[in-house]
Amino acid sequence: MAETLDLSTFVQHQDGTAHMVLAVDGVACAACVHKIEASLKRLPGVVGARLNFTNRRLAVDWHEGEVAAVDLIAALEDIGYRAHPFQADSSETEEARHARFLIKCLAVAGFAAMNIMLLSVSVWSGAIDMPQETRDFFHWLSALIALPAAAYAGQPFFRSAWRALRTRQLNMDVPISLGVLLALGMSLVETANHAAHAYFDSATMLLFFLLCGRALDHAMRRKTRAVAGNLAALKAAFAHRLDGVELTRVPAAALKTGDRVLVRPGDRVPADGIVLNGASEIDESLVTGETARRAIAAGAEIHAGSINFSGTLTIRVTAAGSGTLIDEIERLLEKAVAARSRYVRLADRAAQLYAPVVHATAALTLVGWLAFGASAHDAIVTAIAVLIITCPCALALAIPTVQVVAAGALFRSGVILNAGDAIERLSEIDTVIFDKTGTLTLPEPRVANADEINPALLQRAARLALSSRHPLAAAVAKEANARVPFEGATEEPGQGVCVVIDGVAARLGSLSFCGIANPEPIAPGTSLIAFRHGALSALLLVRQTLRLDAVETANALRAMGLDLMILSGDRADAVAPIAAALGIADWHAALKPVGKIAAIDALKQHGRRVLMVGDGLNDAPALAAAHVSLSPISAADITQAQADAVFLSERLGPVRDTIMIARRARRLMRQNLWLAVIYNAIAVPVAIVGLVTPLIAAAAMSGSSILVTLNALRARLPARQARSGTATNVAIEEHAS
Amino acid sequence: MNVLIYLVPAALALGLTGLVAFLWSLKSGQYDDIEGAALRILGDDDVRD
Repeated sequence: MAETLDLSTFVQHQDGTAHMVLAVDGVACAACVHKIEASLKRLPGVVGARLNFTNRRLAVDWHEGEVAAVDLIAALEDIGYRAHPFQADSSETEEARHARFLIKCLAVAGFAAMNIMLLSVSVWSGAIDMPQETRDFFHWLSALIALPAAAYAGQPFFRSAWRALRTRQLNMDVPISLGVLLALGMSLVETANHAAHAYFDSATMLLFFLLCGRALDHAMRRKTRAVAGNLAALKAAFAHRLDGVELTRVPAAALKTGDRVLVRPGDRVPADGIVLNGASEIDESLVTGETARRAIAAGAEIHAGSINFSGTLTIRVTAAGSGTLIDEIERLLEKAVAARSRYVRLADRAAQLYAPVVHATAALTLVGWLAFGASAHDAIVTAIAVLIITCPCALALAIPTVQVVAAGALFRSGVILNAGDAIERLSEIDTVIFDKTGTLTLPEPRVANADEINPALLQRAARLALSSRHPLAAAVAKEANARVPFEGATEEPGQGVCVVIDGVAARLGSLSFCGIANPEPIAPGTSLIAFRHGALSALLLVRQTLRLDAVETANALRAMGLDLMILSGDRADAVAPIAAALGIADWHAALKPVGKIAAIDALKQHGRRVLMVGDGLNDAPALAAAHVSLSPISAADITQAQADAVFLSERLGPVRDTIMIARRARRLMRQNLWLAVIYNAIAVPVAIVGLVTPLIAAAAMSGSSILVTLNALRARLPARQARSGTATNVAIEEHAS
Repeated sequence: MNVLIYLVPAALALGLTGLVAFLWSLKSGQYDDIEGAALRILGDDDVRD
């Protein structure tokens, strides 16, 4: 039965031209760009193909009817690139629009700051012999540039400040907006009165510096989001939909309630549903954490993400959230998200402390000058000068700049941030809770006794396994050094594969299939697969194995002073050996999602800050309940959406790297805040006694901003610790294969 | 110093031209793929032989 692939959900049509965006994997060099575009343009009907190298997305336009979307993907596959249709979600489009707006603001502020500075430098250097008319002319020109520029480029700050004030809160944008507006207002009045000092340059320069920080922060977030979006697209599963008797391959996202879907052995179940016919065993480790397989038959409920083991199933897709388990998880998620206290960022906490102090100081300056008999004009000008000099330029850059550098460091170690404030929360944790299945262990089972088997025999078994679709065979196939299947291998469904190697029959499969007597009983959760080659035979134990560096990482985390704990949905006898191997005394097994939340809440009651690392659907509520959360990229979709950060590697090391980078970033944020405080401690007295001129203000502001930014650059990890530097690419490739 | 009357506006006009040019280049998507642009120059697919 020929199967057609239906990609219509991803194709946009306009005047007879079809348009599709593909996420492309494996683009690494300059040659790739040309190769990919040229190979597509050679296809009949393709009018345009352009690869964006920055986000690895390919936009293709073609005349409808002359070529099919499937052929485009096939053409790419022919030259060695995996591609998957990509659809930007609304938040990504929104973010792109905002990033563009920020850059426009930055350009306007930059233009204004440079040109006003040009005029200001002339005024400063000509302070003595410049005629008053010339000075006024320069000030009026500055005002002409500064006022519209600030009105446009200040929007991000003014809006945010207004939002905060309306909810009766203070954030960093409130003192910024106030400072800018007062500086502009005072300068305008002073200019009208032919005074010597105007602060137009300070106001626009402040906006320019701050916008640099914002734009960088945004660019970094967009970059990580683009990678995450591509990974999600490349990971997206296909489903075999039954339309009457015909089979169509559709993206799992395009499935609708009521569709009938065929799930073959070895496939992941693409959607929640009810089994219509067929009987099989399914591995639900991604759903419940349970590693023992469950036998199912017609009428059984089945969840997306389970792996079908033995028989072909037909399922009917049910509405999302109709299953009892999904229902429970969604209910718990809602509760956990609602209960999550809004985390107040370090910057906002600093602002809540800072703004009242600064504004009180300005007020006191005003009162003080009046008390000492100064004119109202002088007192007001000095008070505003205090506000301008304390305008939190360095303070507002202190945290975002560290954030940008730290997010970049995380990205290079293969960790993608989902939440903006995750770095701050990660730095505060004192307890790490792991899920077992798929988190401490690898998401797919592996051969556990590979070391004890004759290597040559193992290689032959592994190469033979390449010819089978069975999930157990897939585990054996991972041991193959050369991914070259034997020619002429035949599979007997439900039994195994056989082939003739060097004139001797070889079989891989069940014990009876290979003619091997049943050995002593094995631990639950472990599967046996036998291999016989002539007189030689081997028994392979397939089970969930620990991630390669799990022990090392556990020790490293303990050395960092963190308490470790395992909360698993699996049975106690499956969890105990893992906990023993990692030296984690505090473990709990057979927990339902409610149990995991209860355990986390108990820790919270004792004032603990918990990092939850989990991948299963059953972990999603726990991830939402924890102070901060991490997921491996292999996690269930709902779970990944809850995680504050996602790591790409097959190793557990990124957990340690993440915490290290976060702690380092936190330290630098605090240092930067102190630098800003020291700057103010020096600058404020100067301003209070009325010695601040626009020249001093400009020098102090740019000086402190540069100092803080340079300090932030130290948030990159030293080369020695960032040895998983290429992890991003490796992991993306690993995942693609 | 009367020369300033037209020199300063001329300088501003030049700066403004730069700003408009930047905004135009931003709008026309020239910054959408910065890494790719650096690599495209190495391709010679525009050379006809």
